[in-house]
Parts: sequence; C-alpha cells; structure tokens
Amino acid sequence: MRLRVLVFAAFALVAGGTAAAAGPPSAADLEAELVCPVCETTLDQSNAPIAQRMKAFIRVRIAAGDSEQEIKDALVDEFGPAVLATPPKSGFGLLAWLLPLAALAVGAIAVGLLIRSWSRRRAPSDDGQPLDPQLERLVDDELARFDG
Amino acid sequence: MARRAKLVAQGVAVGLVVLLFILLAWTLLTNEGGDLAAAAARGERPQAPDFTLERLDREGELTLSSLRGKAVVLNVWASWCIPCKDEAPFLEQVWQQNQDRGVVVVGLDAKDFRSDARRFMKSFGLTFPIVYDGPGDTLGGYGVTGFPETFVLDREGNVVEVFAGAVNAKEDRVRLRAAIERALSS
Repeated sequence: MRLRVLVFAAFALVAGGTAAAAGPPSAADLEAELVCPVCETTLDQSNAPIAQRMKAFIRVRIAAGDSEQEIKDALVDEFGPAVLATPPKSGFGLLAWLLPLAALAVGAIAVGLLIRSWSRRRAPSDDGQPLDPQLERLVDDELARFDG
Repeated sequence: MARRAKLVAQGVAVGLVVLLFILLAWTLLTNEGGDLAAAAARGERPQAPDFTLERLDREGELTLSSLRGKAVVLNVWASWCIPCKDEAPFLEQVWQQNQDRGVVVVGLDAKDFRSDARRFMKSFGLTFPIVYDGPGDTLGGYGVTGFPETFVLDREGNVVEVFAGAVNAKEDRVRLRAAIERALSS
C-alpha cells in the first residue's frame, strides 16, 4: 500500500514538472537571459528605450503563444547572438561551456599528479632488506632496558 | 612520470599565456574605432570603414564603397532615439536638394527592430537609402558612442567631418552643408 502511494506521488511530481515545463515561457526569466544591446546589461537590469521595447516585444510574443526558443531566435535575428546572456550550446558558443570544464579537468589532473609526486617523495624508504642482526639485537636490548 | 606531468603542465601554461598575448595583440591591432572624429577635427581625412549591410528601404544590400565618386552623408540612427526624430526631416531635405549633385544620404539604423525602423522611415517620409545593423557591429569602427552621429565622406570615402549628436542647431546645419561642399570639391 505504502509503495503504491509512493509510486503515485512520484508520478504526480513528474507529471506536474512536465506540465510546468510545457507552459508559457516566463517574461521575467527571458528578461534575465537576454541582453540590452545598448547598455549591455540583462533586460531586467535596464530601463533603456530599446530594453523597454524588447520587454514589450517579449510580452507580445508570449501572448501570441511563442516558445522561449522562438522568442530568443527572433531577437537573435534582430540583434545578433550577443543578445543572449549565455552563449548558445552549439557551434563556437559551445567552447564557452566546454573550456571551463576542460580547465577544471586539467587542474584536477595536475593537482592529482602533484599530490602523488609529493606523497612518493615523503614515503619512508623501504628497500625490503632485513634489519642487520646486530642492530636488531641492540634495539631489543634497549627496548628491554626501557621496559624494565 | 611526475617530471613528464610537470613538463606538460608548464607547456600548457606557456601555451595559454601565448594565446592570451596573441588575443590582446589582435584586439589592439584591429581596434581602429574612435579616432575618426579626432582625425577629421585635426583636418585629416581618415578612410571610413567599409561595410555591406542589408537595406531597409528596399530588397538587397548596400556596400559603402560602391558609392565611391559621390559625397556621402552617413547618418547613424535608431527609431527609439529622440534626437534622431528631430533631425530626420532635415536629412531628407538635404537628400532631396543634393541628390542630383552627386550627394547620397545613407541612413544606418542600428540596435533597433527592423519593423520599428520601417515605421520610423514611413512616418518621416524618408526616401534615401537606409541600411540595417541590428547588432551594431559597424559602430565600433566609426567610434560611435551615441545616437545620432553623422559622418560626411568625400568622393574617395574619406571622412571630412563628424557630427556627434543631432544636426539640429542652425550652426550645425550650416556646418553640414559646408562639409558637403568640401566633400564634393575633393
């Protein structure tokens, strides 16, 4: 019974999420993801005349039923790709997404190699040779004296 | 192994520094904007950067260098710019009065919606060629810092005079007409 409730709840969550994703785009989200071509800040931070006009354009297109991508594509057609606050995840723009990840990976590898090199250098030298019997006897005597 | 990794890391670091240096040098070498107005004010005639842009007044494109042999009044504007509205009728008048004398007025609408620009053209009855640069890519080369700005070019495409702001005051309009005469006589 409990399992059924859990499965139903999970289904309801997934269905709700899908319905929200399929809903109309949010003007506030779009304004945070698009850049004013004159002042070069995001639209939600700008009151420049062209930013106001772009905000009005976004609202009209949302009311007309356009998707987020369609609205962005229309603005890129007018103002070029620099109107997007984040670079596109394709073509040359993909580099902006991949380079930080690549830099992170290279850094992690470098740090790993450095740690490995340091730990090897600091490890006690163990050449696998048995201790000299005379020295071993001396150590035993000293230890016995210490314990006694 | 550690030595090899160190060498690779050093190589990558040096490579990155070299790449950044090349980017810096390229940016400095290709940045020629901002000097046109100062050079024209010193009496020099710097070459106006060429462009090929989509036309708004009709189908097709316009290349600035295709107008060589004529004096060009290049006006940078946008429909949302209030001073641009004030000077638009005067620029249309300049075009009407001088087109038979080898003068072309070219409007360069930038950072604007095409539809808004066409509405602007219609409402002011503009009949001179108008090109569209939505992203404003050409503005840097001309050193444009605000709207409107007007550049008068001679028959060889050299900048004779630059007007930052609207050409509205009487003395500015006299200066523009004088600049056109200088551009024609070159």
